[in-house]
Amino acid sequence: MGSSANKPELIINGKRTDGRDFNEMRPFSIKANVLKNADGSCYIEWGNNKILAAVYGPKEVMPRHMMEADRAIIKCRYAMAPFSSLSDHGRTGPNRRAIEISKVIKEVFENVVMLREYPASEIDVFIEVLQGDGGTRAAGITAAAVALANAGIQMKDLPYAISVGRVGDHIAIDFNMIEDNYSDSDMPMAIAPRNNEILLLQMDGGLDKAQVSKAIQMAIDAGSVITKAQRDALSEVYSNNVKGV
Amino acid sequence: MEAIDVVKTNYVKELLNKKAREDMRQFMQYRNVSITTGTMQNAEGSAQVDLGNTRVICGIKMIVGEPMPDTPNQGNMMVAAELLPLASADYETGPPSPEAIELARVVDRGIRAAQSINLESLFIEEGKVWSVFIDLYVLNYDGNLFDACTLAAMAALMTTKVPKFEDGEAKREDRTKPLKIDTVVTSTTFGKVGSNLLLDLDRNEENASDARITIAIDDANIRAMQKGLRGSFTKEEVETLIDMAFQKRTELKRALEQASK
Repeated sequence: MGSSANKPELIINGKRTDGRDFNEMRPFSIKANVLKNADGSCYIEWGNNKILAAVYGPKEVMPRHMMEADRAIIKCRYAMAPFSSLSDHGRTGPNRRAIEISKVIKEVFENVVMLREYPASEIDVFIEVLQGDGGTRAAGITAAAVALANAGIQMKDLPYAISVGRVGDHIAIDFNMIEDNYSDSDMPMAIAPRNNEILLLQMDGGLDKAQVSKAIQMAIDAGSVITKAQRDALSEVYSNNVKGV
Repeated sequence: MEAIDVVKTNYVKELLNKKAREDMRQFMQYRNVSITTGTMQNAEGSAQVDLGNTRVICGIKMIVGEPMPDTPNQGNMMVAAELLPLASADYETGPPSPEAIELARVVDRGIRAAQSINLESLFIEEGKVWSVFIDLYVLNYDGNLFDACTLAAMAALMTTKVPKFEDGEAKREDRTKPLKIDTVVTSTTFGKVGSNLLLDLDRNEENASDARITIAIDDANIRAMQKGLRGSFTKEEVETLIDMAFQKRTELKRALEQASK
């Protein structure tokens, strides 16, 4: 949460900085199968976020000692490009923030991927943020789920992610960069839409229990719209293929 | 996982299905919590926490540094955690693992979001502030590092003495002024093994667990949360565990206050 010193107004005439309502998401578009070499890929634009996700595998485990005889392992890299924010992000590889985010994203996909279908294998999930505008991990997870499906990886559900939080007295969804920096609380979540199980939950700032409940419900309610866009992106790829035959 | 761990994991699961834990604890019961402060004289503040067989120490160093550009009147805080190879056969030497980074960042978020440290009080003069380095050393690992580390960090911070600043430098011989602490944050970590929800898992229980959630709170509000591992929680489970975190806060806060007297 940002400093209170030079905090900009986050609510103007009952609307948010970009004119949205508190329960309104930014416009977004999802396109699957955008990279030739990857086994599966996805490009997502979410507000001003531009993010690429790619999946390689199942493939041989490297290094060999990481191999699990009875299941696949998932490796995940989430990283922000040096030019992805107004400030320079550095070129020394993923920082501590990115390493933590990579870990919790990996755990999301370990939940949904049917790991035992791919014994002694590795599945790589790469998420590269080319342009960031708040909510990059959420948009990245939503894209990576599509990339996994595009790679033909068996999953028990197609997860999506969204960030929710608090601005003043309001619980709001899908923070942009300014809200991300100066809101009173931020809570990114990933959810399996089939049963609304929570796969990722991080939070900081300040919320009471009722606010947490409201925010979780808001993230669950956002599922139908996001899930439909993910599925549409996938069916577009395969319906085109049929036409091409 | 080694063969012996598979056996232990199955044993833990069988016990839980009979609603029992290896050490006879209730599902929502902490192990013995012991907090000692002032264990290391050279540090500005220090504490040792024993949570069952988990042992963590925390040392605080205060360094004169520059403020962040957007907060010129505030000091800084940093949390680092070391999973020392001497603490467990599970740990190896090398750069910080994702687990160590996650641990440090979750502890950091709780303390930072609760505004535990009064950062304004760390202003020295224009362009100079105190930076508080909170270093967590895990000496013996037997589960639930998140709560042990938050306890150790808080206990150390609550007994930290700020060095005197004189002639442009820190005078560590003269440390009398206590660090200003505004809020005591406590962390409560739960695990899910099958459909069982447990508090304060030991190593074998952690190995058997599907999901983990850490809830850091102050007296009124939730300040940080982090779900971990590949399992999941429902909305209702999160709500139940938030209530439990507030219930458990009393004993943790009392232990902290007694240790820092």
